[in-house]
Amino acid sequence: MAVWRGRTKGGARDAAAPEVTDTSAPATSAMLDVRDLKIHFPTDDGLVKAVDGISFTLDRGKTLGIVGESGSGKSVTSLGIMGLHHGTNAKVSGKIWLDGEELIAASAARVRELRGDKVAMIFQDPLSSLHPYYTVGYQISEAYLIHNKVGKKAAKQHAIEMLNRVGIPNPQTRVDDYPHQFSGGMRQRAMIAMSLSCNPELLIADEPTTALDVTVQAQILDLMADLQQEFGSAVIIITHDLGVVAELADDILVMYAGRMAEYGTSEDIFDRPAHPYAWGLLGSMPRMDRARSERLIPIPGTPPSLINVPSGCPFHPRCAYAANTNGKSFNEVPPLRAVGPGHQAACHLSTDEQRRIWGELLAAQLSVADSDQQREDA
Amino acid sequence: MVTFIVRRLIATIFLLVVVSMVTYAVFFLIPRLAGQNSYQLATQYVGRNPTRAAVLDIEQKLGLNEPLWVQYGRFIRGLAFGEHYNSGTSSTYCPPPCFGYSFRSQQAVWPLMVSSLPVTISLAIGAAILWLVGGVAIGVVSALKRGTLFDRFSMGIALAGVSLPIFFTGLLSLALFSYKWPIFPNVTFVPFTQNPLLWARNLVLPWVTLAFLYAALYARLTRAGMLETMSEDYIRTARAKGLNERTVIIKHGLRAALTPIITIFGMDLGALLGGAVITEHTFSLNGLGQFTILAIDNQDLPEILGVTMLAAFFIIIANLAVDILYAVVDPRVRH
Repeated sequence: MAVWRGRTKGGARDAAAPEVTDTSAPATSAMLDVRDLKIHFPTDDGLVKAVDGISFTLDRGKTLGIVGESGSGKSVTSLGIMGLHHGTNAKVSGKIWLDGEELIAASAARVRELRGDKVAMIFQDPLSSLHPYYTVGYQISEAYLIHNKVGKKAAKQHAIEMLNRVGIPNPQTRVDDYPHQFSGGMRQRAMIAMSLSCNPELLIADEPTTALDVTVQAQILDLMADLQQEFGSAVIIITHDLGVVAELADDILVMYAGRMAEYGTSEDIFDRPAHPYAWGLLGSMPRMDRARSERLIPIPGTPPSLINVPSGCPFHPRCAYAANTNGKSFNEVPPLRAVGPGHQAACHLSTDEQRRIWGELLAAQLSVADSDQQREDA
Repeated sequence: MVTFIVRRLIATIFLLVVVSMVTYAVFFLIPRLAGQNSYQLATQYVGRNPTRAAVLDIEQKLGLNEPLWVQYGRFIRGLAFGEHYNSGTSSTYCPPPCFGYSFRSQQAVWPLMVSSLPVTISLAIGAAILWLVGGVAIGVVSALKRGTLFDRFSMGIALAGVSLPIFFTGLLSLALFSYKWPIFPNVTFVPFTQNPLLWARNLVLPWVTLAFLYAALYARLTRAGMLETMSEDYIRTARAKGLNERTVIIKHGLRAALTPIITIFGMDLGALLGGAVITEHTFSLNGLGQFTILAIDNQDLPEILGVTMLAAFFIIIANLAVDILYAVVDPRVRH
């Protein structure tokens, strides 16, 4: 399997990546370097390959968006980086280098030390992710207390400071409130305060806005962007909402059935997507700048079961272009290959074919938009 | 928090009044509705084969020929201030709280009940501590080691504990540990104030027998509760903070899983304080449960009335304690 080597620090990528099998040391100076990460769960029904060979790198201050449908392995990837699979029956292989320290082979105790300190996480539903019986301030200071040698008073003061930073009014009094006394948006702000309380180098946000009102979503995303500037953390944002990554991400990783479908810069994915699945995601994304009458185009079918992943390209049963590959899609797993500088996709379609089809799709959309515009003008 | 407690206290007092009314109605209103006159009612308070004069005397003393609301008023007044039972020919005083006067045994009911209370309280509290600690501990370990040999074994024992009646396990424990291997030869009540060691030693068998039943129940409940809470999102958050597993389990997991346990613990303890009937009978301990059996056997209505009121009182107080504890534990309740 082709393993992508990762780009150099400047952001320019080695497009013609050779097959790399030596994973003994990080090849890049990137803050986070994940290589060929596999997380498999043996179950009674068979082996669930929740994550099956994911590689990416992430620099300080940069944001990576991991996009995919439910069950594509996005969240499991993040749990693997956090080391939260310890204690489950997960079989993990591959390498995760954080600042040159390899995490998969590291002891559970060492990973726990890093957790909440160097690597922190924001979860989807802030209500169920906060403990109902403890004050918000206590829950924020808890992480600070174990990772720093400070007293309870200092930790509480720090919690107040963090609440202030994430924009909670009257933090001195709100610090003693319980999660149920906060609104949904405030809870997510508190969650962010908690995750940032130890000044993490890497922040993983798992669907941070999915459970929030649309009006609050933008606020939270703005807050995250601001805080990223301030703290200089690297951020992985996991979402099924392309709108969220469009706003925040520098790079985007599109996952399908636990594998990488496409990986590139934000511009690559939005302007010249190469994978039919990415086309599908973009086509099914509502956009304000498009005409009203333009229909959203759903991707037919459902994501596959991770126990019985379809043969060949896992996306082929839902792919409109699977027939264009001389049957390769049905039999061969497509390797991840460069389709542009620093832009990779796992698809059997040739690069020219991909460009041609995307061009046609784009033209069709534009013509719909044009005719709609004409109708409105008339 | 203070307003919450005051509100609950007022509700509790109201509840006690209602309970007293209902209990009183069961003993005095329903027989009337069923067609008994006050003379027939009085015969139930005298004893077997009474003379007509004795019955009339009781009828007069208890005021059974007066309107019901007057009788109820006297009953409540008796609870607060004591009661003089006066038939003109003889006068009997029942000191407060007067739950009634047992004319069969020629004694006020309250002191009789009080004398049997230490036995029941000792039995209930000792067993409660055993089953709470044991049941919760086994439940937690079972949940964390789900599917292991320990889990299966302890849940199997728990199933046995829930299924086997006390008169079986109690007699079995007596046969084994009192007769065959006399580790605990005597199961007689020795007051704690008199000899704490003997008190404990003599009560070990009843405690263990009673606790076995409840611990089994609590182990199953705790296990289910822990399995549920440990899969909650906030447990994942706690782990994501880098807390060690012990803190995650105890501070974040068990804390939440204990809430429903507190509820049933309060109710169970309250109910037991009203008399652990089968256990006391099995081990021949003269507690409130034995008192109840004797009262029913003798059809001693004032005693039955008293024990009913006292049991109801314990349950209501336990309920109040649970409510307050709940508010202490769960901030969502108090706000």
